[in-house]
Amino acid sequence: MDGVKIIEIKKSVFAENEKDADELRKELKDKGVYLLNLMSSPGSGKTTTLIRTINLLKDRIRIAVMEADIDSDVDAIKIKEATGIQSIQLHTGGMCHLDAEMTRQGLDGLDLEDIDLVVLENVGNLVCPAEFDTGSVRNAMILSVPEGDDKPLKYPLMFSVCDVVVVNKIDVLPFFDFDIEKCREYIHMRNPKARVIPVCAKTGEGVDAFAEWILEEVSEWKTQ
Amino acid sequence: MHELGIVFYIIRDVKQAAGENNVDHVSAVVMNIGEVSTVIPEYLADCWRWAADKEPLLEGCELKVNIIPAVTHCDDCGKDYETVKYGKTCPFCSSGNTFLLRGNEVEIKEIEVSNN
Ligand SMILES: Nc1nc2c(ncn2[C@@H]2O[C@H](COP(=O)(O)OP(=O)(O)O)[C@@H](O)[C@H]2O)c(=O)[nH]1
Ligand SMILES: [Mg+2]
Ligand SMILES: [Zn+2]
Ligand SMILES: [Zn+2]
Repeated sequence: MDGVKIIEIKKSVFAENEKDADELRKELKDKGVYLLNLMSSPGSGKTTTLIRTINLLKDRIRIAVMEADIDSDVDAIKIKEATGIQSIQLHTGGMCHLDAEMTRQGLDGLDLEDIDLVVLENVGNLVCPAEFDTGSVRNAMILSVPEGDDKPLKYPLMFSVCDVVVVNKIDVLPFFDFDIEKCREYIHMRNPKARVIPVCAKTGEGVDAFAEWILEEVSEWKTQ
Repeated sequence: MHELGIVFYIIRDVKQAAGENNVDHVSAVVMNIGEVSTVIPEYLADCWRWAADKEPLLEGCELKVNIIPAVTHCDDCGKDYETVKYGKTCPFCSSGNTFLLRGNEVEIKEIEVSNN
């Protein structure tokens, strides 16, 4: 008696989620739905940028939004009011990230019948959302000028998983020692292929470049 | 609360492994946690106790944690160094062209089952 048997497992806690995410991506591909995962710190301008972007795109593609940033309906309602598109709030119960299973549950709450693009506004956090594949086709993040140009050095994983980095609030550049070229360099250290798109969501300046990127991505996803 | 979420993933994976091995009680779960992973071992232990005791399979089950030291590799001079001490900048050649070799693991290493 008292013997202990050891069963080796050697499995990352992220492994199961990666499987779920790949499965979800495949299903979305079959349905012709493009899922974009949008991440940032709280207050970087995800909702504001989204509203601008949706208003540029909504006559060309059909869009829906899932809001996970905070546990209230504020952002989901704001998006619905400002753009008229389908938008729902995911209740994350205080969780600091979304995984593929939670994303799937969110998608189940949407009418995807003739939707081309779903944007997921992830929980405002630069750490663990980067570790959990949501099943999205691409990841994008927003870095706002007041946060500093060295964020890519402090949160390398986040920047390495993003295909696009939107640098928002460029209207306040004169008031911060934010060096956009340096920032670009730091981002490319983490991900040489990342696109950097400077915008001012407040006025809409530069947002068309982000919208164009999305449009190209969506049409590629649906045709290839 | 990040650690509580992680505990739920651990429980899910341990349940699955227990099922595959016809185990009805697990006495310990051994984790490999990287020094620069997003998991704080003390918080993980607290969340573990709370959540594990709700499961008959894991009642009283101990969570053992091995900390994996973080090591960064410099692409410019080819050397490895301690991540926590020097961060992203290589202490040998001052390059920032570096990447993490290990130290961000959140991994279930093994489970222990007492056979009596
Ligand atoms: N100055 C300035 N403020 C902005 C800009 N974009 C967003 N904001 C403000 O930043 C705050 C947070 O924006 P929000 O979109 O809610 O960020 P979220 O938490 O990432 O969704 C709000 O007060 C916005 O009005 C911008 O381009 N310039
Ligand atoms: Mg928001
Ligand atoms: Zn988390
Ligand atoms: Zn070096």
